[in-house]
Amino acid sequence: MTAVPETPSSLKTTATAVQETDMTSPSDAATGGTKTPQVSFREAPALTSPVFEVGGLSVFYGDHEAVRDVNMTIGERQITAMIGPSGCGKSTVLRCFNRMNDLIPTARVAGKIHYHDEDLYGRDVDPIEVRRRIGMVFQKPNPFPKSIYDNIAYGPRVGGFRGNLDDLVEETLTHAALWDEVKDKLKTSALALSGGQQQRLCIARTIAVKPEVILMDEPCSALDPIATAKIEDLMEHLAQEFTIVIVTHNMQQAARVSHRTAFFTADVDDKGVRHGRLVEYDETELIFSNPCDQRTEDYISGRFG
Amino acid sequence: MTAPVKDAVPTAEARRGMLAGPRFRPGESLFRWLLLACLALGIVFLVSLLAYVLVEAWPRLDSRLWTNFPSIRRPENAGAQSAIYGTIWVISFTALFCLPTGIMAAVYLEEYADQERWYNRLIEVNIQNLAAVPSIIYGILGLGLLARQLALGTTVLTASLTLSLLVLPVVIISSREAIRAVPRSIRQASLALGATQWQTIWRQVLPAAVPGIATGSILALSRAIGEAAPVIMLGAVTFVMFNPEGLQSEYTVLPVQIYNWISQSREEFHHLAAAAIILLLAILLVMNAAAIWLRNRYSRRW
Repeated sequence: MTAVPETPSSLKTTATAVQETDMTSPSDAATGGTKTPQVSFREAPALTSPVFEVGGLSVFYGDHEAVRDVNMTIGERQITAMIGPSGCGKSTVLRCFNRMNDLIPTARVAGKIHYHDEDLYGRDVDPIEVRRRIGMVFQKPNPFPKSIYDNIAYGPRVGGFRGNLDDLVEETLTHAALWDEVKDKLKTSALALSGGQQQRLCIARTIAVKPEVILMDEPCSALDPIATAKIEDLMEHLAQEFTIVIVTHNMQQAARVSHRTAFFTADVDDKGVRHGRLVEYDETELIFSNPCDQRTEDYISGRFG
Repeated sequence: MTAPVKDAVPTAEARRGMLAGPRFRPGESLFRWLLLACLALGIVFLVSLLAYVLVEAWPRLDSRLWTNFPSIRRPENAGAQSAIYGTIWVISFTALFCLPTGIMAAVYLEEYADQERWYNRLIEVNIQNLAAVPSIIYGILGLGLLARQLALGTTVLTASLTLSLLVLPVVIISSREAIRAVPRSIRQASLALGATQWQTIWRQVLPAAVPGIATGSILALSRAIGEAAPVIMLGAVTFVMFNPEGLQSEYTVLPVQIYNWISQSREEFHHLAAAAIILLLAILLVMNAAAIWLRNRYSRRW
């Protein structure tokens, strides 16, 4: 796997469904060479050792059960995508993984989420520690109104990092394939960057604290296809070291980047209240080529959602 | 219900003049002139007031104003030095007392308080009401509680504490607005990196809110500087022949000095009062200019 070439990847036609993501020939895809007419999926290896084990997870906002009875296992160093129509609870589930739902006073979680056999919602678990190990990238790029350098250095600083920050910043930005673009303007405001660069900076900021897992909540929905392609390249690159869970509205994106895909939908009960449900969770290729559930098939074939 | 049937393509003849309308709409311009008149009214009064005060002040607008102390027998030698120093002392300590308290109260209300709880809502409503309480009431409170009950006397300390109470609601309200204007996404980004809530507030929220907090605080202090009523209650004496030397000093402030000179019968004192008014206006103008400058200099884009 090459380290995210910036210019060639921008030639990718990400807007089309047909996207070459065959692991064996990334250069073909990058140069727009051979293009099979069919979607070719990422090799879906067997489920690696589990990072998250979710069982009977329900999330409530006040009395409203926003997500009901989710069961899934997320494997290490894989990209797991969560897709589904709006309001199906996929972001809600994602935010359980690093306890960001704690910030909503009315939110309540039932069921189990184990992170390496430890209950994430256990009595002794400190959400601050959880978030240092399980980072998050948000839908809208949200760099701090500070310099690029300070954006990267913030996480390590608040985490009590003792070491050479300059080296860490360079290493992190190189890792996120952003170093060449920003190395001459580290002290300028991060807000001066383009949207795509800001989002990659946010990813870099997340990996600066050396987490194990990166959660991404529709990271490309505010970006154009070229910037999206760069982020997808970056994700593939990062998946060698990090476990990535991504929520996306873009089914092609899920098909392109993920190893496994979870399809969520919302059941509407007789009172008109929506409850998010996990319908199907499997290797991405199977979900997209041979789904078991009619609702999945309807969704991915564009019949609803 | 029958929808009007659209004609076939209108002829060029029929099209002619379709967009014509009155060149002059009386209602429109009447309203426009009315608005302008309202604005002019305010400006005319302000300008004439300024002109009047300036003309009155002209004979006495010189260095005697800030080098000399008040004198009841010789108005030509009288100055307002003790009042100027008194104002600086009082307002500095007011800032010292009310800004940290007000900002911290605002942080609590915005970042920690659960808005669902009745007591937090009660506090919120009360703060808004307190901002509307007449300043003389604070003067009575200061006199009764601070000066007499706590035996602090009529000193710089009492005046600063009372004025702090007076502007505290304004500081809290404007700081809350500044803190609320910091996007949630900034807080979330910080927390998602494993920062604690306090780290998030101290390193992200407050720095981002500083321009708004500073602007609101300066405007609140400008209000405190112009207040005469509460300090009259608190015995700001008029003929103070010395500058304050500490929190326990007796003092006077500019508005009180002006009030006193105005009520003298001799013409020279009226000129002196006008000159002191100009001085007070200049101080206020400088403070407001600083507020505007701060706002423009540090205004953030997200």
